[in-house]
Order: sequence, then structure tokens, then C-alpha cells
Amino acid sequence: MMDQAPLQPPASDECASTSCGGGGRREFLGTAVAAVAAALTGCKTHSKEEFLQHNFQELSKDEVLSVIARLEKEYKAKYGKEVKVATTPPIPGVIFGYALDLSRCIGCRRCVYACVKENNQSRDPQIHWIRVLELDKEEGVNLQHADQYYDPAEVPREGHFYMPVQCQQCKKPPCVKVCPVGATWRDKDGITVVDYNWCIGCRYCMAACPYGARHFNWGEPNLPADEVNPTTHYLGNRPRPKGVVEKCTFCVQRTRKGLYPACVEICPTGSRKFGNLLDKDSEIRYILENKRVFKLKEDLNTQPNFFYFYGV
Amino acid sequence: MAILKNFKQFIVDTVGMMLRGSRTYYAWVGFLLLLIMIGGIAYAGQLNHGLIVTNMRDQVSWGFYIGNFTFLVGVAAASIMLVIPAYIYDWAPIKEITILGEMLAVTALIMCLGFVMVDIGRPDRFWHIMPLVGRLNWPASMLAWDVIVLNLYLLLNWFVVTYLLFSSYLEKHYNKKIVLPLVLLSIPMAVSIHTVTAYLYNGLAARPFWNSAILAPRFLASAFCSGPAVLLILLQVLRKTTRLKITDEAIFKIAELMAYTMGFNLFLTAAESFKELYSGTEHMVYFQYLLFGLEKNGTHYNTLVPFAWASIITGFVAFLLFLIPKTRTNWITLNIGCVLIYSSVYIEKGMGLIIPGLTPDALGEIFVYTPSFTEIAVAAGIFSLGALVFTVMLKAAVPMMLGEFTLSSGLKGKSHEEPVGPA
Repeated sequence: MMDQAPLQPPASDECASTSCGGGGRREFLGTAVAAVAAALTGCKTHSKEEFLQHNFQELSKDEVLSVIARLEKEYKAKYGKEVKVATTPPIPGVIFGYALDLSRCIGCRRCVYACVKENNQSRDPQIHWIRVLELDKEEGVNLQHADQYYDPAEVPREGHFYMPVQCQQCKKPPCVKVCPVGATWRDKDGITVVDYNWCIGCRYCMAACPYGARHFNWGEPNLPADEVNPTTHYLGNRPRPKGVVEKCTFCVQRTRKGLYPACVEICPTGSRKFGNLLDKDSEIRYILENKRVFKLKEDLNTQPNFFYFYGV
Repeated sequence: MAILKNFKQFIVDTVGMMLRGSRTYYAWVGFLLLLIMIGGIAYAGQLNHGLIVTNMRDQVSWGFYIGNFTFLVGVAAASIMLVIPAYIYDWAPIKEITILGEMLAVTALIMCLGFVMVDIGRPDRFWHIMPLVGRLNWPASMLAWDVIVLNLYLLLNWFVVTYLLFSSYLEKHYNKKIVLPLVLLSIPMAVSIHTVTAYLYNGLAARPFWNSAILAPRFLASAFCSGPAVLLILLQVLRKTTRLKITDEAIFKIAELMAYTMGFNLFLTAAESFKELYSGTEHMVYFQYLLFGLEKNGTHYNTLVPFAWASIITGFVAFLLFLIPKTRTNWITLNIGCVLIYSSVYIEKGMGLIIPGLTPDALGEIFVYTPSFTEIAVAAGIFSLGALVFTVMLKAAVPMMLGEFTLSSGLKGKSHEEPVGPA
């Protein structure tokens, strides 16, 4: 059920023989740096093991196992219940695509809160991976006229339409390009993920993202123990630490097991469509081939795998 | 091995020199230490609670810290303003004071790195960005480039300053074969640190305010206004308080060069404003927010407007003061001009660059950002740290440059009873 294999083949062997000139030196330097940093910052809250952990893409199978074991132990101590951290790799032959029907969306924001619940976002301060924009029908998709804090007694409001925006899972993600430490990358199934244990919190990706899809843990994320979703993925919805960036992963913990993202399941109007872009018979392919489809900020050439369409 | 022994003595004597001084010196250092302490306490609070104690949020994810960082990279780069005439045209009056420019660059770079450190959410993971031990995303990330060039530039200037001072400490003439290539190298390096810093913003298509081809030229032009302005005031202070000889001619020459760069800076600003405002595409909103404010859902947002105009007006007045030979060579108008241009660029390349770049945000939201008390206290701490570094460097360097503080004289000083240093 839960595959414990790392998402990428371990790179440590290759590293030892080429750029780093010996595995030992890198380890030694790491330990030395750790000691200095620990002395400088006086950080006692993080274990040495956590401090020294390398980028997830570079970990060997054994290292991944020990990281997962450590995290699960940590979460158990913090939330008082078993939290499973999977590392399910991308399914071969799958690239996920998403389509959102603007003519059906009523702006109820059920997707916003289903996402928060599924993905263990901080409740205070609130972090929302999906933001629903209320737009004027007269203006069309003009973001300068968008309002995401609309609060009428009933939706949809006369003369308005609604446009939920979340990570567009770009084929050319600017956020990945700018990250100075390679803490975020696009996996083989087209999902851009973040290694929360490697992110340094510089927020360059947030400046680079044209969709406001990246969110920062400005304070200690507040996630009540009884609201924790215990089925998690290392690169997805596991509880995050303070000071790192997070984003929508198309519910990687669900979709890599063949389930729909939480926002697709909750949508009461069926506005949200999800599937494998490489599968000719999928619903998503039908939409792309038969409906009037557009991409948000297409001129930036980020090439989203998230499409908006008019179903009716 | 004699050289190592001498170098050890050099370090010991330098530190000794930094630790002694007049009452004014101690008062000044004490004042700076107090501000550093306040900044340190504020930063400890930030480490404890996270960046939530700043007023930055997802919409405006960079603010006062990164604004100051950008401005100070310009100050660091501007030291070549002095190096070019001194070494390329072999213009003697400026030559002696280039070392001051290099020390200013070192100071500015230390402050730059400080501002980056306080801005990141996980300073405990700073080793991730170090080449070899971490995982530097080079060449894709402009921030990776910036880390490399800033540190190289810091090392280069640090080495040249140390070497020049060590030579005078040994009462030897410095080796031109070592110094000249390094000084010449520092010219493209200075250009590169500010260019790379500009590219850091420039490369983001998501932010049209920054995504302009003349951003890097504008960065350089404005840096060559603000950096020398700091130096001009500094040089006057130094020749008043120490026996350092700095001629009027050198100061007026720098002022003249500044008039050109200020004119060029205004021209580039005008070129950018024209393109945005005349073509009037949807990208104009960021300029509008900066210069006139924006109206949304019945609220008028104009926090930046007074600052933006203050920057433009002070920049223009300073340009006139530096352009007219009469006001350029009058100490009062010259110093007013220095303060005006410094303020102008501080606004333009600090908050005036970062905030309208991020407002309205990627989804059109207007989030009004003003720095929090923590941000101001931490920034004051970093500026004080810079001032402290510069003060103690000068304390040891000035008597060395005057030939009064050498290996043979030690801490006693050569021709005077009291060691000479800035007040």
C-alpha cells in the first residue's frame, strides 16, 4: 500500500565519484558546519540528525527510512497519535492535469476548507492553498478587479463569477528555477513539491510565482491534534515546521494512490476535473479536446497543467 | 616564517589599537553596541516566534530587510567609483583614499549578508546554501549567483585592504604586481554584484515592475550616486578628526563624477516611467501604486506616494546642486546635496523597489506593508554593526596609512604620543 522507496534514485554514489571528491569529506564538512551553526544559533530544539539531514532527492533508501521513522516519532510525540508519512513515488506513465469549469463554480469555498483539512495547514494563522477570486462578469478575468475576501449572505452573487486559484503545476515552474538550494522540484508526474526539511525560507519562490500559490509559515503552524490528518506524504501534507514555504501538491498523498484530490471530491457543482494527461480516454483529455480552455497568465509561458474552461 | 610572525603581530597590534581610544571613541562604540544589543534582542524575538513578528505576509513576502540589502549592495558596488579614476587615469589625489572606498565596501557587504540572514525563515539551515556542503542551485538560481559574487567581492576587498595596511605596517611599499590586478578585478566584480542583484528581481516575469530590461543599469546608476555620497561626507569627517590628508581637489572630482551619474540615473528613471505610463498597459498598476496610489473597492491606497515623490524631488535637487560648479564646490550645498541624493536612492532602491514590485500581489490584492518595530530595531542593529565595523577598521587603518602605526613603533605610535584615529 505505502511504498517506502525514495522518489529519486540515491545520488550519493555518483556524488562521491565526481564532484565531491570523496563521500567522507562531505560528511565531515557537514558535521563541522553543524557544530559551528549549533554554537552560533544556540538551536537546541532540533536534533542533530534533523539538522544534518540532506536534500530529500539525495537520500539513500536507508536514509529515507530513518528520516521517516524520526518524523513519525516526532509527530506522535507532538499530536499524541500515529501519523503515517509515506514517500509514494510518481506512478509511471502518469502526468496529472486539472481542469476547472468557470461556468459551474459558485464560489462556495468548500474546496478551500476541504483542502485545509486534508493537507494539515495551519489553522491560526490560517493558510489556504486555494483562493477563490470573485470577479465582475463585466470585467472578465481581470485580476485587478478580483476580490478574495467576498462575504455575501449567499453565493453566487449577481453579476459575478468565481475563479479558484491554486498551484498551477507549471511545466516550466519559475519557483523551481529560482530556489537557491533546490528545495523544490517538479516530480515525474508533473507535481511541484517542497522538501520542508531543506527549505531555508528565503521566499524567493514566492516572489517568482505568478499565481500566489506559495505560502509561508510566518509563525509556528497551529494544527490542533484532533484535526490532524494522519495519512500523510513526506512531500505533501505532513505537518510543516515554522519558517518554510508550502503549496498545493494536487494532494500527492491521495493522487499517487489513485484517489482524487480533496478539492475535486468536495466540489458540490462538479466544477473540478482531474486526471491523467497521458491517458487518451481520460475525462481531462476530453475537456482539453472539446471545451473552450484557457490557462491563467498564459503569456508568462509557465505552461500550467491546470486549465480553466467553460463547460456550458 | 618571519612574515607569519609579523602578521600575527599585525593582528595583535590592530586589535590592541581598536580597543584603545579617546573618551569620544568609547562613547561612540558604546552607543553602537547598545543599538546592536537592541537589534539582537529584537532578532532573538524573531527567531523565537518566527517572521510573523515582521509585517511581511504572503502578499508582500519581502520588505524592509530585503530593501536595505538591495540598497547596501549598491553602496558596496560604488567603491569602484573611486578606483576607476585612481588607477585607470592614475589620478593621484584620489589614490590614497581608494582604500577607504574598499573598507566601505567591506562594511556594506557585511551589512548585506546580515540583512539576508535576518530575512530567511530558517537561519539554522544556512549551510544548505554553501557550495560543496549544501546544494547550491547554480547556475539556475540568481540567488545562488548572488551568494557567490557577494562573498567573492567581500573576500577580494578584505584581502586588498588587509594587504595594503599590512604593507604600510611593515613600512614597505605594496607590491604593485599584486595590488593592481586585484584592484582592476574589483571593477568588474563591483559591476557584477549589483548586476546580479538586479537580475535577482529582473528575472521574475511574475512581477512586471521588476521585469524591465533597464533594471540593472538603473541599479548601477543609482548606486554610483548614493555610494560616493556616503564617502564624500566621510572624507570630510576624516580630514577634520584625523591627520589624514584629503585634498579639496579629490572631493570635488568625486562630486563632479557624481553629477554625471545622477543625471544618468534621472534619465533612466524618466525612460522607465515614460514607457510604463505612456503605453499604459495593465503593468502600469505598480507604477500607479508607487506614484499616485490605487483605488480598490472604495479605498484609496497611497502609502508610498509621499516617499516616491520625495525621492524624485530630492534626486532632482541634488542633481542640480552637483551639476552647478558653484554649489558643487560650496561645502554647505555639497553636503546638502549628499544627504538629498542619499535619501533619494535609499527610498528608490529600498522600499520604493521592493514594495511596488509586490503590490498589487500576483492575484491583484493590495496589501499595505509598513515595517514592524522588530524590523526597524533589527535593521538599526545591522546598520550599527556596520558602523562599528567601519569605525574599528578606521581606528587601526588611519594611523597605518599615515605611517604612524608600524611594526617598529607598535601601539605607541611613531611621531606622536597618542595614537591617531577617528573621534
